[in-house]
Amino acid sequence: MLINEGAMQRNRRIRRLGQVGLRLNPIFAYFFLWAPILVLVLFSFNSSRSVASFTGFTLKWYGNILNNMMGAESAFSTELMLNAFRNSLFVGTVATAISTVLGTMIALAMARGRFPGKGLIDGLLFLPVVIPEITQAISLAIFFKVAFDWFALMSGERVFPGFHTIIAAHVTFNISYVAIVVRARLANMNPRLEEAANDLGANPWRAFWRVTFPLILPGVISGALLAFTLSLDDFVITFFTSGVGTTTLPVFVYGLLKLTVTPEVNAISTIMMVLSTLLIGISLALQGRSASRL
Amino acid sequence: MTRRIRRLQQNGFFLAMPTIAWLFIFFVLPLLIVLVVSFMSRGRGGVAIMPLTLQHYERTFGVFFIILRRSIGLAGLTTIICLLVGYPLAFFISTRRRRLVQQITLFLVILPFWTNFLIRTYAWRILLGEQGTINGLLLSLGMINEPLSMLNTQFAVLVGLVYGFLPFLVLPIFASVERFNFRYVDAAQDLGANDARAFLRVVLPLTMPGVLAGCALVFIPSVGAFVTPDLLGGTKGLMIGNLINKQFGGSGNMPLGSALSIVMMAVVMLSLLIYVMAHRRERGA
Repeated sequence: MLINEGAMQRNRRIRRLGQVGLRLNPIFAYFFLWAPILVLVLFSFNSSRSVASFTGFTLKWYGNILNNMMGAESAFSTELMLNAFRNSLFVGTVATAISTVLGTMIALAMARGRFPGKGLIDGLLFLPVVIPEITQAISLAIFFKVAFDWFALMSGERVFPGFHTIIAAHVTFNISYVAIVVRARLANMNPRLEEAANDLGANPWRAFWRVTFPLILPGVISGALLAFTLSLDDFVITFFTSGVGTTTLPVFVYGLLKLTVTPEVNAISTIMMVLSTLLIGISLALQGRSASRL
Repeated sequence: MTRRIRRLQQNGFFLAMPTIAWLFIFFVLPLLIVLVVSFMSRGRGGVAIMPLTLQHYERTFGVFFIILRRSIGLAGLTTIICLLVGYPLAFFISTRRRRLVQQITLFLVILPFWTNFLIRTYAWRILLGEQGTINGLLLSLGMINEPLSMLNTQFAVLVGLVYGFLPFLVLPIFASVERFNFRYVDAAQDLGANDARAFLRVVLPLTMPGVLAGCALVFIPSVGAFVTPDLLGGTKGLMIGNLINKQFGGSGNMPLGSALSIVMMAVVMLSLLIYVMAHRRERGA
């Protein structure tokens, strides 16, 4: 067998290059992913206001946040931040409740029902996940404006954007995510169990609550937790649908981040980072537990 | 018996009705209104009035074409960079032999992702700023004499977009590399293929579904990005998402903003179509 010496050598060179590249790539990638976060946390403890060099450890920026000492000209106050946080929790809770019910209903209908137009409904559920947030945000902003103008014309009463518009917007983008999660759960479930319940004389309503629902409950809970997380995290769509006095935490934080880099903002960011990591960690742990129970 | 099954199936439709109605009112109808408004004239305060006009589309493809092109260009470049960084990274993770190491390396990609997008983007303002960390480091090492201006440039936007969406690409590729059987590479080499050929003819085609899904998941939100260029781009890194946002402020122009978002939607739909077609071809092949 004739072996081409030149080609072999070239192949060895490519292989060596590939090996070096594959060694360096993860180092570079993990550094890239983690450096910004570590720098942010580090400088929230820096004793000077600089983010160019670390001069010493302090907790005073965290103290400033809690004691409302960020300067008179600042848009920040501890009370405003806590208020925004409360608004976020309220919006998240209501939007999660509605979207979990609606998302579970359509997931059940798509998995068990047999009716025309399913492909179209699939598309309708898929689109809110893929279209850019800004498109959804401005379409809702225009929609609410048109609807409220029209309402004012008909009834003479003006309605303004507020919690109701934010919640309606959040429910709309949450439904798809809940439906995806619950459908995945339903796909793993044996439909014979429902048939058995029906054969044993349970009506569909009873069969659902006694058989289907307990089995899909872990899926429903994961869907709800996902919806709640997305709701708490959303900025773009909330920004375009919120009104006066209904600022959520991300919208409030955006107002701070837009200004200059200050150690207090770094401290707030660090707190938020710790909180959201905790929240997601807890929800994943719950999901793991409820999944392993079945 | 058959009647009862039929009734259950119809119940399925009634069960779907409330959700369909909700999505119709708050998703389909608003998009239709945007479409209509994009053809209307600008009234006082930026609102939409009659008569119908095409002028906003003319401006979108006229004076604003440069920004449209920039958005698509930056999104494309973001996708390519994510692919160059993310593909080998997904390989690295899925080829870890020990399960625990694999889980940790994957977790290290996902964990930064749990942080709010705004804050992850803001972190780059600290790094890239005139008096930021990178400039501070380079100055103190004597590698530069005066600070580089990196913030408020297209470069900063590119970095922010890659940072924001890299995990979207790593995860689907990881899923398809994990299913990949490495004996195929041995087989290709036994049959005389060199490394490059084995990669291009065997590894790449078999992991293509993950590559395609990852590219779509990075490209689409990058085209429509608003937060990243807003916090990192300044005027030099303005993207179509910022332009749309501006049309809804004080001296805005709602019909123009609508036309811009319809064009952006068209770009997104087109890239989805390309994705679906490529995916079908992959599966057929």
